[in-house]
Amino acid sequence: MTNPTAMQVPPREGDPEITDEVVADHGLSPDEYERVQRIMGRDPTFTELGVFSAMWSEHCGYKNSKRLLRLLPTKAPWVIQGPGENAGVIDVGDGYALAFKIESHNHPSAVEPYQGAATGVGGILRDIFTMGARPVAVLDSLRFGDLDSGRVRYLFGGVVSGVGDYGNCVGIPNVGGEVQFDRGYEGNPIVNAMCLGLMKHEDLITASATGTGSPLMAVGARTGRDGIHGATFASEELSEDSDESSRPQVQVGDPFTEKLLLEASLELIASGAISGIQDMGAAGITSSASEMAGRGGSGIELEMTDVPVREEGMTPYEILLSESQERMLVVAHPGREDEVRAILEKWELEAEVIGQVTDDGKFRILENGNVVADIPALPLTEGCPTYEREGIESEEIIALREMDLSEHLIPEGDLSKSFLLLLASPNVASKQWIYHQYDTTVRTATAVRPGGDSGVIRIRGTSRGVAATTDCNGRFVYLEPRTGAMAAVAEAARNLVCVGALPTAITNNLNFGNPLKAHIYYQLREAVLGMRDACGAFETPVTGGNVSLFNETDGKAIYPTPVIGMVGVIDDVSKITRHAFRNVGDDIVLLGTNTGEFGGSEYLYVTADLVAGQPPSVDLDGERALQQAVLKMNHEEVLNSAHDCSEGGLASALAECALGSGESPLGVDVELDEDLRPVVSLFGESQGRILVSCGQEHTDTVLAIAARFDVPAAKIGSVTDGASGFSMKVRDATVSTSMSDVADAYFGAIPGIMDAPSGSEA
Amino acid sequence: MKVAVITFPGSNCDYDLYKAAQQVGGDATFMWHRERGLDGFDAVLLPGGFSYGDYLRAGAIARMSPIMEDVITFANAGGPVLGICNGFQILCESGLLPGALMHNNSLKFESKDVLLRVERADTLFTADYDAGQILRIPIAHGEGNYEADEETLEALEAEGRVVFRYVNAAGETSQDANPNGSWHNIAGITNEAGNVLGMMPHPERAMEELLGSTDGVALFTSMVGSLQTS
Repeated sequence: MTNPTAMQVPPREGDPEITDEVVADHGLSPDEYERVQRIMGRDPTFTELGVFSAMWSEHCGYKNSKRLLRLLPTKAPWVIQGPGENAGVIDVGDGYALAFKIESHNHPSAVEPYQGAATGVGGILRDIFTMGARPVAVLDSLRFGDLDSGRVRYLFGGVVSGVGDYGNCVGIPNVGGEVQFDRGYEGNPIVNAMCLGLMKHEDLITASATGTGSPLMAVGARTGRDGIHGATFASEELSEDSDESSRPQVQVGDPFTEKLLLEASLELIASGAISGIQDMGAAGITSSASEMAGRGGSGIELEMTDVPVREEGMTPYEILLSESQERMLVVAHPGREDEVRAILEKWELEAEVIGQVTDDGKFRILENGNVVADIPALPLTEGCPTYEREGIESEEIIALREMDLSEHLIPEGDLSKSFLLLLASPNVASKQWIYHQYDTTVRTATAVRPGGDSGVIRIRGTSRGVAATTDCNGRFVYLEPRTGAMAAVAEAARNLVCVGALPTAITNNLNFGNPLKAHIYYQLREAVLGMRDACGAFETPVTGGNVSLFNETDGKAIYPTPVIGMVGVIDDVSKITRHAFRNVGDDIVLLGTNTGEFGGSEYLYVTADLVAGQPPSVDLDGERALQQAVLKMNHEEVLNSAHDCSEGGLASALAECALGSGESPLGVDVELDEDLRPVVSLFGESQGRILVSCGQEHTDTVLAIAARFDVPAAKIGSVTDGASGFSMKVRDATVSTSMSDVADAYFGAIPGIMDAPSGSEA
Repeated sequence: MKVAVITFPGSNCDYDLYKAAQQVGGDATFMWHRERGLDGFDAVLLPGGFSYGDYLRAGAIARMSPIMEDVITFANAGGPVLGICNGFQILCESGLLPGALMHNNSLKFESKDVLLRVERADTLFTADYDAGQILRIPIAHGEGNYEADEETLEALEAEGRVVFRYVNAAGETSQDANPNGSWHNIAGITNEAGNVLGMMPHPERAMEELLGSTDGVALFTSMVGSLQTS
C-alpha cells in the first residue's frame, strides 16, 4: 500500500500555536519533528502533534530499544503469538494456551505509589483478557531504595497496598514476584507487574481493526482528564519536583470497574460479535486506535464528540491522550452493535460507537464532523525513528568491578552473627509481610503460593499446571550487564525447574536509565545480548515485554534491571516439588559448583555497604544440564524439596529450606568441603546451584542422575529436627544457632521495620 | 441438593463456591443479582469478593440488590444460607446476621491460612466435623474484624451461635491467632434459628490437598447431609 498523504487541516480554534518550545515540550527532537513534517507533507496541527508525541515516545515507540530487541529470539514451535500483540501466547497442552506479559509502572509509582502500582496491575490484566484469556495469576517485581529512609518506606508500603488492593478486588491471585532494596533505586522505584491468563486455543483474539465500515466502540469507563501525556511522562527523567508537578499525569484505578470490564470483555469475545479488542492503555485512544489500524493495515475514523466523557469541554487533544483507566476499544461486526451494548449493559457498563474502520490508511479524527487530525496510520505506528547509539562502559563501573575484595574475605571462625545479619537483611528476609496482603488463593487453583521458587497455577480438568517467576539481580547487571542479564534468565529457569516446570518462554521488562547517555546505552545493549544468549541456550523465546527507560532522578540512574518473567509448563501437578525440607533424616544434596565470585553479593552490601567486584559467571551449558537433571529428578519423584541458591548464598538457601512457611521449622546439619574462603562458601552467590533434599534411599539415584547430566553433586549434610538448630561447618568456620533465632531474623526483619510504631512516616 | 450461587457485581469467589458445591454433589446454578426467585433451591450461597468494590462499606450496596429480598424470604422460611467473606458482610448488612465486620486491626488486607476451632458440630453446616476439631482454612480480607454490641455478643455466646473461632495450634483463642481483631476471636456465626451461617474464612478454598487443605470439604458435605436427612 502506498502511504497516503495527509489532507490539509485548518488549525482548531483555541489550540496553541506550534512553536519550537511546544515541540520540545512534547518530547520530540528537531529531527523528529522534521520527520513528522515530511510524513504529513505540512505542519501538524496541535492535535496531531500530541498524537505523534505519544506514539513516538519511548514508551509506545521503543525508539531507543527497538533495534536491540530485534536481536532476541522470539520463535519456537510452542509460541502461538510472539511480540507485537497485547501479550505473548504459548501452547501449554491439552488444548490450552497461556497468555502472559509483564509491564512497568515505574514513573507513576515514584510519584503516587498506591495509584501508580494499582493501575500497573490494571493495565497488565487488560493486556491479558483482551487476548481472550482469563487472567489466572499476577506476579510483581519490585525495587526500592533502602528501608531506612522514610520516603522509601512510604513508597514500599504504598506500592504493596496498590498491587494488593487492585488484584484482590478483581480476584486474581498473586503467586509470586520479588523485591530488592538497594540505594541504587532510591529515587526511582521499579514496579513491574506480570499477568498470566489461560484460554482454549480457539478463544484467541487479536487487536487489529479490519473490515471497512466496521464500527469502533468505546467500552467501559468514561474518558476524563487524568493521565494526559502519561506515556510521554514515562519517557523522561524525573527531577526533584516531579512528585508534585507530575501527579496529574498519574491515573486513578477502579478495580471494581475492571472486574466488570473483564467479565464483559470475555463475554463479548465469546459472543462472536466483535473482531478485535484492545486496551486503551498508555496514550489512550490514540495508541489503541492507531495500533489496531496499523496491525489491520486499515484506517480509522473517530468522532470525538461521540466519546463518552466524564467532564465537559474536553478538547480532541485531551480525549485522544487521556489515560483514564478501565477502557477498551472494540471493533464490532457491522450490525451487531446492539449485542455489544446489551452485554456491556448487563455488566452495568457503557459501550458507544465512536467511529469506524476505513480503507484509506488514515488515522482521522473528527470533532462535530470537522477534521482535526488526519495522519497516515502506518508511518505513525511504524515510522517512529529508531536509534542505535554508541555505548561505552563507564570507567567508574569498571573500577568497581575490578576492586580487590580480599580484605572482605578474611572472616572465619564463628560466623553465626554474620549469618543472622544476612537473614535479617530485607533482601534475604521473608517477604510474607508483602504477600500476606495479596490474595493468593482466590480462583482455587494456586498449587504453589508466593514464598516458593515459582508460583504454580493448576489447569482445572487436566493434570497440568503453569509455573511463573520473575527474576533479576540488578547489582550483577550493574557490575557486568551481559553476565548479569544471563544470570537473570538462568535464575528464572532454575526457579521453574525447582517446582518441576519445564522453562518455556519469557516476557521481559527492561528497566534502565537514560539511553541517550553512552554508558546507559552500553548497559542496555549488553543486557539484551546476555538475554539473547541465555534465551537461546535454554530455548525460552521472548514473546513480548516492556521497556522502561529514563529511570533517573537528578541524573542518577537505577541499576540496569532487565526483569525476566519466565513461564513453564508442568505435565503432572501431583509431582510438584516445593522448597521446604520435609523429613528429619533426609539427605541434603547440593547440585552445581561454587565458582567463587563474590562481587555484588548481599554479604558485601550488608557488611561493607559495597556493590562491587566480579559478579558470578554464568555457564549456560552447565545451567541447561542442571535444569534437565532437576527435571529428571522431579519426574522420577525422588526429591522431597528443591530450592535455588541466590541472594545470601548457600547458607541463606539452607535456612529457607529449613524454615519453610515458619510453622514447623526443621534443622540443618551441613559440612562443606570447598577450596574457597569460608565467607564465599557460605554467602557467595555463585550461579548454577540448586539445593535438594531426598529420602536416604533415593540419594544414590539423585547422584546418579546428576552424573548422567554431568552436573557436579555432593551430599553435604542432612535435615535434622528443629530443636537441633542450624549447624554448618566449612573449613575454618562454623555457623551454629537455634532455629528460633533463625526464624526471628528471617521472619521478623521486614515487619520490624514496617510495622514499628515510629517506623511509618508518610 | 440444588444450590444457588448469587453473583453480585464484583463477586469474585462465585466460581470457587460453585465448584465446591459441585465437588460434593451439589447441583449449582449461578444467579445474577438482578434475577429473582429462589423457589426450588435447597440452599443459597453468597460468595466472597468485592461487591460494588466495597465502596461505601463492604456489603452495604449489595444488600440492596433485587435478589436479596428473595434471599431474606428464603432464610426466614428456614432455608440454609451460607455467606463467606463478602457474603458474610452482606448477611450482616442485610440484617440476617447481627453485628458488623470492621477493618482488620492491622489496617491491612490479611491473606494466609488460619486455624479455626469448630465450636459446634450440631449445626447443619458442621455436622460432619467434630466439636473442638481444628481446621486449616485460608482467609483473604481487609474487613473481617467482627464486632457487635455487648448484648449481642452475650446472646451469641449464650445461645451457642459462634460456630468457628480463630485459634492457635494448641487450639487456644490467643490474640496472635486472631488475624483481624475480631471480638471473642469470632470467625463465623449463625442466626438464631441456625440456618444462616456467615464466616470470614474460605472453606471453598480448602477442598483439595494440592491447594493446601481439605478441611473445608466437611462443611459442604454437612449441608448436603442435613438436606438429605431433613
